Amino acid sequence: MRDVSRRKLITGGLVAGAGVLGLGAAARIAQKYGLVPPDSGGIYGPGETLTYAAQRLLTKHSLAREFSPSQISKRPVPNEMAPLNDAYKRLQAGGFADWRLSVNGMVDRPAAFSLAQLKSYPVRSQITQLACEEGWSYIAEWIGVPLSHVLNLVGVQQQARYVVYFSIEPDWWESIDMADALHPQTFLAYGLNGEELPVGNGGPLRLRLPRQVGYKSVKFITAMTVTDSLKGFGKGLGSAAPESGYAWYAGI
Amino acid sequence: MGESAYIPAASAVPEATVSPKVGARHSALVRVTHWITTFCFFALLVSGIELVISHPRFYWGETGNVLTPTLFKIPIPSSRALVPTGYGYVLPDQNGWSRALHFQAAWVLVLTGLLYTISLLFTGHLRKDLLPSKVDFSWRALSRTISDHMRFKRPSEAEAWSYNLLQRLTYLFVIFVLVPLEIWTGLAMSLAFVSAFPATVTLLGGQQSARTIHFFVSVFLVLFLLVHVLMIFVAGFWGRMRAMITGRAGTNMERT
Repeated sequence: MRDVSRRKLITGGLVAGAGVLGLGAAARIAQKYGLVPPDSGGIYGPGETLTYAAQRLLTKHSLAREFSPSQISKRPVPNEMAPLNDAYKRLQAGGFADWRLSVNGMVDRPAAFSLAQLKSYPVRSQITQLACEEGWSYIAEWIGVPLSHVLNLVGVQQQARYVVYFSIEPDWWESIDMADALHPQTFLAYGLNGEELPVGNGGPLRLRLPRQVGYKSVKFITAMTVTDSLKGFGKGLGSAAPESGYAWYAGI
Repeated sequence: MGESAYIPAASAVPEATVSPKVGARHSALVRVTHWITTFCFFALLVSGIELVISHPRFYWGETGNVLTPTLFKIPIPSSRALVPTGYGYVLPDQNGWSRALHFQAAWVLVLTGLLYTISLLFTGHLRKDLLPSKVDFSWRALSRTISDHMRFKRPSEAEAWSYNLLQRLTYLFVIFVLVPLEIWTGLAMSLAFVSAFPATVTLLGGQQSARTIHFFVSVFLVLFLLVHVLMIFVAGFWGRMRAMITGRAGTNMERT
């Protein structure tokens, strides 16, 4: 009996040791291939990391489901939101003629784009589902320019890893990795169902990210920074969402 | 009884008391995976209820929201002002930690479940304890077991060592139907997952159908849990708890 328990102890110790070494190696490899999300600390870090790593490996190039025009929801839900601030109201009064999207950071040619400029680029549309983390959803036709088109214009530098984007509303900002930023369905959307994008749905300009839940598709965006590290933004967790307990990666 | 194993002279104790055939109702692997699963189940249940509270409306098909008709509504207050519940107040938002806990517990449960399912094939647990044997499986035997259960009859001594027919069928249904369906419908709600595997959601009739099925399967799993716990009380709570914690069956041990 003693021998048995000693053997069990040794085997158990070896298994545990191998497990710890394995986890350490896995963590290093995951870090190297960009499979660790910026909010990987904390008690839910392991789950967030497993989800992000698994989905990044499985879905790097996959396209969000697109639907037929007959499946478009009759009324796209304008989500609840706080009253818009004065800066927004001033621009709205001017018909958004002075609305600018500034793109800076690790780019060769920082620039600020007007809505007219964005609309002059090749127009693309997608009929995709917007699903909220709460559980509801709707299907709509989103019209805009792929973010990759604008990123190519400004010239993203080699070392870039993330794109951070900001709403005109204070404390509302998100970020995505380059796989999502360069994904063909990631849009700077200015139209919805053949019309101008309504204010309630994020008009005049919203980032549209159909492979993640609604809160990543930030409304009223005015600024964008290309970066290789998210440490310097907010609390360094990647976006505003983790600062209020929500996941940075929201593919599920 | 348990103490004697730690006395050096214990090697003189007949092997019968420690041999798995007589002494152990549940193997260590079954016990460990059982309690990890229990822990995950409660984490998933609590966080799942919180998530439902943020939108206690259910739909069928691809889409559904406050502007569309529902399949059914749960008449509870919501944590979102957007939802017309009829209650004059809005509960605090708990979705941040609920989503994180839900997905983390799901990961642990899936990995534990994989370990358990793979072990089923190698340990003989499936053949010995779960698959109804030929002798066992007859409608007569089934109806007798059901009527025993209905009358809350205490299980016979033989049953203390293995699972009865109804138990076997129920466990098989939970392990191979309900839990896989819950995982499938959960993944079918993930926008990124279905971008790579669209059939996982189209086969169910759409994302909102997946959500509705996910809800109903969770209701069945909770019903299973309630009956499971009730049966443990009928069979003798402390004996069964001891069996699942220490591995030793309760009833016979009291006699040896």
